[in-house]
Amino acid sequence: MIPAQFDYLAPTTVEEALAALAEHGDDAKILAGGQSLLPVLRMRLNAPEVVIDLGKIPELRGVRDDGDHLVIGAMTRHADVLRDPMVAEHAALLQRAVTHLADEQIRHRGTFGGALAHADPAGDVGAPALALGCEMVIAGRDGTRTVGADDFFVDLFETAVGEDEILTAVRVPKHTGWGAHYEKFVRVAHQWPIVAVAAAVRVEGGTIAEARVGLTNMGSTPLRARAVEDALRGQPATEDAVREAASRATEGTNPPSDLNGDSDYRSHLATVLTRRAVLAAAGG
Amino acid sequence: MTAVQEPAAEREIGRERRRKEDQRLITGRTRWTDNLALPGMLHLAMVRSPFAHAKIVSIDTTEAKNATNVVDVVTGADLGEAQGACINAWAITEDQVTPPHLPMPVDRVAFAGEVVAVVVARSAAEARDAAELVDVEYDELPAALDLKHAATDEVLAHPDLGTNKSAFWKFDSAEAGTGGDVDAAIEKARTDGIVIEREYRQQRLIPAFMEPRSVVVDPTGEQITVWSATQVPHILRFAIAATTGVPESKIRVIAPDVGGGFGGKLQQTPEEMIAFAVARRLGRPVKFTETRSESLMTAHHGRDQWQKLTMSAEKDGTVTGLKVELLADLGAYVAIVGGGVPVLGAFMFNSIYKFPAYQFNCQTVLTNKTWTDAYRGAGRPEATFAIERLMDELAAELGEDPIEVRRRNWIDADEFPFTTVAGLEYDSGDYEKATQRAMEMLGYDELRAEQKRRRESGDRVQLGIGVSTFTEMCGLAPSRVLGQLNYGAGGWEHASVRMLATGKVEVVTGASAHGQGHETAFSQIVADRLGVPFEDVEVLHGDTQVAPKGLDTYGSRSLVVGGEALVKAVDKVIDKARPLAAHLLEASADDLEYAGGRFGVRGTDQGITIQELATAAFAAHSYPEDMEPSLDADATYDPVNFNYPHGTHLCAVEVDTETGQVSMRKYACCDDIGNIINPLIVAGQVHGGLVQGIAQALWEEAVYDDAGTLVSGSFTDYLLPTAADTISFDIDHTTSPSLTNTLGTKGVGEAGTIASTPAVVNAVVDAVRHLGIDDITMPCTPERVWRAIQGVAGGGATEGAAMPHFDSSTGMEGTVDRTTGGAQ
Repeated sequence: MIPAQFDYLAPTTVEEALAALAEHGDDAKILAGGQSLLPVLRMRLNAPEVVIDLGKIPELRGVRDDGDHLVIGAMTRHADVLRDPMVAEHAALLQRAVTHLADEQIRHRGTFGGALAHADPAGDVGAPALALGCEMVIAGRDGTRTVGADDFFVDLFETAVGEDEILTAVRVPKHTGWGAHYEKFVRVAHQWPIVAVAAAVRVEGGTIAEARVGLTNMGSTPLRARAVEDALRGQPATEDAVREAASRATEGTNPPSDLNGDSDYRSHLATVLTRRAVLAAAGG
Repeated sequence: MTAVQEPAAEREIGRERRRKEDQRLITGRTRWTDNLALPGMLHLAMVRSPFAHAKIVSIDTTEAKNATNVVDVVTGADLGEAQGACINAWAITEDQVTPPHLPMPVDRVAFAGEVVAVVVARSAAEARDAAELVDVEYDELPAALDLKHAATDEVLAHPDLGTNKSAFWKFDSAEAGTGGDVDAAIEKARTDGIVIEREYRQQRLIPAFMEPRSVVVDPTGEQITVWSATQVPHILRFAIAATTGVPESKIRVIAPDVGGGFGGKLQQTPEEMIAFAVARRLGRPVKFTETRSESLMTAHHGRDQWQKLTMSAEKDGTVTGLKVELLADLGAYVAIVGGGVPVLGAFMFNSIYKFPAYQFNCQTVLTNKTWTDAYRGAGRPEATFAIERLMDELAAELGEDPIEVRRRNWIDADEFPFTTVAGLEYDSGDYEKATQRAMEMLGYDELRAEQKRRRESGDRVQLGIGVSTFTEMCGLAPSRVLGQLNYGAGGWEHASVRMLATGKVEVVTGASAHGQGHETAFSQIVADRLGVPFEDVEVLHGDTQVAPKGLDTYGSRSLVVGGEALVKAVDKVIDKARPLAAHLLEASADDLEYAGGRFGVRGTDQGITIQELATAAFAAHSYPEDMEPSLDADATYDPVNFNYPHGTHLCAVEVDTETGQVSMRKYACCDDIGNIINPLIVAGQVHGGLVQGIAQALWEEAVYDDAGTLVSGSFTDYLLPTAADTISFDIDHTTSPSLTNTLGTKGVGEAGTIASTPAVVNAVVDAVRHLGIDDITMPCTPERVWRAIQGVAGGGATEGAAMPHFDSSTGMEGTVDRTTGGAQ
């Protein structure tokens, strides 16, 4: 299908992109990998006058080591996150989450930062970013600011990124040696998760020293299951102990109802999947 | 004249030839309709009703007409009678209530997505832009949506008709003289036997072919040429001529390469009629290609039935009667086959079993939803699902293995030919043999043992094994049978064989392939029968000027009817060539033997090939006086009977009782489709058919909301499986050659779809039956399976929670609105 007509801008620096955004304001949409924006344009559910493509800005791509953090450029493709050895070593949870994200084609077009900024609560990268305590680097006309993941996701499709700002990079605290698992529940492989659970666990001598748990599609934003994290701390990594902690996965959630399941079913799934994710992470 | 004797070539029939059409089809470097560009061609965009049922108060086209590069904006009123009509070719009863179906209605729309105006512009994008400027004022009317409720006539889909009930069709074995009285059988079983009573839902499905529908009309020549992504170019030409008054001889319809249909392109569509009318009105070529959303919303849907079933049996499980009461949703109009689809299943509910008494009742019902028509299997999947679910239920009632119960009731191999309680004569088959083979492939006994272990240990993951022993009638159809059923056409097929001067062979078939592999399979038949190299055969089809006679492709008919026509045409070519060969060899025709593409003089090394004879006939320098200088031949074949492929499909699934997730563990099937022309094509048909049938069991459902809007209107919500969601299937065949055609073939295009759905649902139910569950509604979603385990009958319905992933409305509780998007 054919989108409504729009002007296309392709700045080559973040400064140019910010200038374009300042000029066109509300009439502009930023294009990252296009895997969410283009379907919306093609179905004519949205019709911006200007599309600003970040694809020609080299500084927004790639993963680099920055001491106790990894820095992932916002325009880094999911496929590049997936095969990056630093991500595998220091942020295995992100790697697990993008392994089965949508399909091969989308992983090669869609970007890590684009998916975070789109803030679809059913997206696969929000919950792990939240669980790992990522920091979002946001550029504006007045410089750069950093927002923690907890404050980044505001509401459905709404983030802390202002209308005149651009998400440029994600700082990922290294979780070297942590076990990680992303438990995703779908009916067909290419669909959005009905529910998914991201878990990173540090086990010391059979005891869970620390746990980070994020929930996908259990509310209007990706959610952190802090009640589960608290309950897990100091517990043995056994099925019974984890089951007990996982039963608290629905605290503070407000899951949607759709063709794939009513909210009570999603709540049930969240407890089951949390248990499985944590056990898998603890075992790995 | 001498001919070098070629070494005996490998037989073509039975050979795993790769499909010669695949290079162009897979790369897309071919003539798909949307690839066509004609000089001066204009583009169309449709303005569609957002309402399921509404009066059209006014249509203001002013702003759209003034938009950039818009040439015209046309409404139904503007076209008047020139727009023709969409026909129903099969009134299943004499008093069938059939609403008039204009391609563009003038005063009232009857389903969401119906076309109310068309914009004509110089580019497709400009047409689309301007379509949004057409201002249509509607007065919304109450819509008949739920099938059962529509059958009460409380809300009318077409108020003028006074009823939603279109036709009631009945078959009763006692009345037909083919069996006993079913009510008596059921009454008897209520006192001293077993009665199984169930109600099953055949959900609404969307054919979802790969290539969206597309049509180009060029009115600038003496003939108006219509290119369309259709399965039925010949039927389309007839329908256009019959409803517009344009003589059939002035219309040429071409179905170029067509990307799938599954019955979904067996239609005369409003969009084709509108394009035809607009092209004539403007005198310029026009093109319309639908979007995927338009395709899912407005191309005809399939299935959508409620099935009320009563089966009676003796205490030992011998079946004594079957009564079927169907409600079938036609949608807003009676489509070209329409109400005939459930009737195609009427003769199949008794399936492979020896029922002494049978009754079939079907009420077709109009609603304000997308019209329904043929979808892969058309009537037979519904019938097979019902009977195969019932046989499993009977087995459960008896506490017996479901295969044992079937064996007790099926027709034994030595009983063929067998006349069924529905009055059909099954020609051949061996159900025991196919079942044995399928059980062996699945590892049936080992899996039953594992199932027992898992049940006993209370494993979180339970194993289920589903059985489906099916037969179907295919090869539509003997014309006399169609006549008895009041169908609007015959069931013959036509073929021509043209021997070219260079020795190449052009084969023309009236069947119209849309992905099946006709070019390869038909070439193999001709290569063998005529004795020429496979590469020398070209198969032409899908153009009413190239293949002037034909009845197109549907109902697993191309090979068994079209292939037989081809055999007859080839035989005529050989007969015509014989006197010419005798003449040129200066031998008596009686002394000639034809083998390997060559006439040889018996007892000598003298001979001449058919390809040399083609050149000789072209030159016509020397030929017998009583012969015309041509070897070309035509044949029209009317099948004497249907044919009846059968098979046993076994499926093992694992059910996660904690989440309801169903995972397929193994699928094995053994189909008897008679002789096989190309095993590779057959495997492709079986694999694709299986996935489509499995998808009905597990994934696909067209869901409407309370306003009559299709919620599952994109592939985000209408879940089509991909290769990532399926497993490798184990397929094999037994061979009972059909006795109704000389090649001994049976249809295979629909077999996988028909057989697999009940196999999967039976497996899912079998996995959790020990938890007190005897049914799960299709599609068996994880949520339904989980709810069934929680004690909700059938797992409940999902309609109440119907919200799409992409949706333009906002504000409903629990609704995810993905329309606004984030910053990036």
